[in-house]
Amino acid sequence: MPVLHHGDLHVAVEPGETALDALLRGGVAVPNSCRAGACQSCRLRASAGAPPAASQVGLKETLRQRGHFLACLCRPEEDLTIAVGEDPPQDATVVSITDLGADVVRLRLRPASPLAYRAGQFVTLLRPDGLARSYSLASVPDPDDDILELHVRVLPHGRMSGWIAKDLRAGARVQVRGPEGDCFYTASAPEQAIVLIGTGTGLAPLYGIARDALRQGHRGPITLLHGAVTPAGLYLVDVLQDMSREHDNFHYLRCALHGDPAEGLEIGGIEAVAARHFPKLAGHRVVICGDPDRVAALRKQSFLRGARMSEILADAFVTAPPPPAV
Amino acid sequence: MVSLYDELGGAPAIEAAVDIFYRKVLSDDHISRFFEGVDMERQAAKQKGFLTMVTGGPNSYTGKDMRVGHAHLLKLGLDDSHVDAVVGHLGDTLRELGVNDERIAQVAAIANSVRDDVLGRSPQASA
Repeated sequence: MPVLHHGDLHVAVEPGETALDALLRGGVAVPNSCRAGACQSCRLRASAGAPPAASQVGLKETLRQRGHFLACLCRPEEDLTIAVGEDPPQDATVVSITDLGADVVRLRLRPASPLAYRAGQFVTLLRPDGLARSYSLASVPDPDDDILELHVRVLPHGRMSGWIAKDLRAGARVQVRGPEGDCFYTASAPEQAIVLIGTGTGLAPLYGIARDALRQGHRGPITLLHGAVTPAGLYLVDVLQDMSREHDNFHYLRCALHGDPAEGLEIGGIEAVAARHFPKLAGHRVVICGDPDRVAALRKQSFLRGARMSEILADAFVTAPPPPAV
Repeated sequence: MVSLYDELGGAPAIEAAVDIFYRKVLSDDHISRFFEGVDMERQAAKQKGFLTMVTGGPNSYTGKDMRVGHAHLLKLGLDDSHVDAVVGHLGDTLRELGVNDERIAQVAAIANSVRDDVLGRSPQASA
């Protein structure tokens, strides 16, 4: 009989039982409602073992690849370890901190042991005093290069970002936890048109995903639209322009809410610019990262313009509130 | 008799139907305000539960769920016209998927059977 591992609990799944039955019997309060695979309240993730495909029906491909499953539909064929709580952090050494302009710094880290991640996921950076902030990975996994790249927006009162920009030096030790996140490239449809839309440092995961897709031989068109409040908020412009010259199927668009239009730079809200360039999104994969309000609006707009819910990936970057004034 | 749920193709077919249905609902100015501020994916999961129920799929929603779930919308003015709109979009979705009128009428009847729950009314005699 397959065994489910959930923290310190090890429960054998009895014949005819689902994973939900077994876990509830073992005293785990798994949220559940319909018991029919419709409401998805019972969604869990297997960090070890493969849940049967039948228990993953209705989940996005990225979630399926990360081992998410619906406990009420799961009749395990092998032992499963349910992901509980956070992974333990590991040490990492700062390799470099580089100013990218637009108040963004590129932080390169070398973890103590290579991190198994997908481009577009995020890690949590831990300062020695315990302060923690999550940043998306802009790097692409590479067997020859274990460096992690983060893009950090330096905020006026940013405790972590201020420390990174002012105090952190190459050679310093930090810790990273993760990876987490379900925004990454999957190679199931190499001819599919992919649209990547980001605001601010939402560019970081999209830059990683674009390179990952190209490296995996994606053939369909990949269009990256980056938006900022002003033209000065755009960064990696030269790098992305080079990338679009190098790859026939990669296209780079940029826009700013305010400012003077220029060659290749559109002025307007990112939703309006996106609507102009992508009036019909049926059959497209859309990945949206950055400001939460823009992400929500772009998700809805993309869906209404024909993108399937299962083909829209979104990662909203929530900024920690500033410390209370003393 | 085979359920419409199975005839359509079960869970994967309902997946596709939800996209079509939810898109119609969100594009309808008469009802879209009731979906403001709701996480799209969570809402789509509920639409999936609703479509599963009305097509005779594995049981998901009860009348009580519908009553409790819509109670906060009554303050926003939810009324019969909005339920009519949703049932209309349901029919249009099924028509797009090639379902015949007789089956659509059966599904509409099931949807209408929870009207009083959705609108927080005690069961009424048909007008």
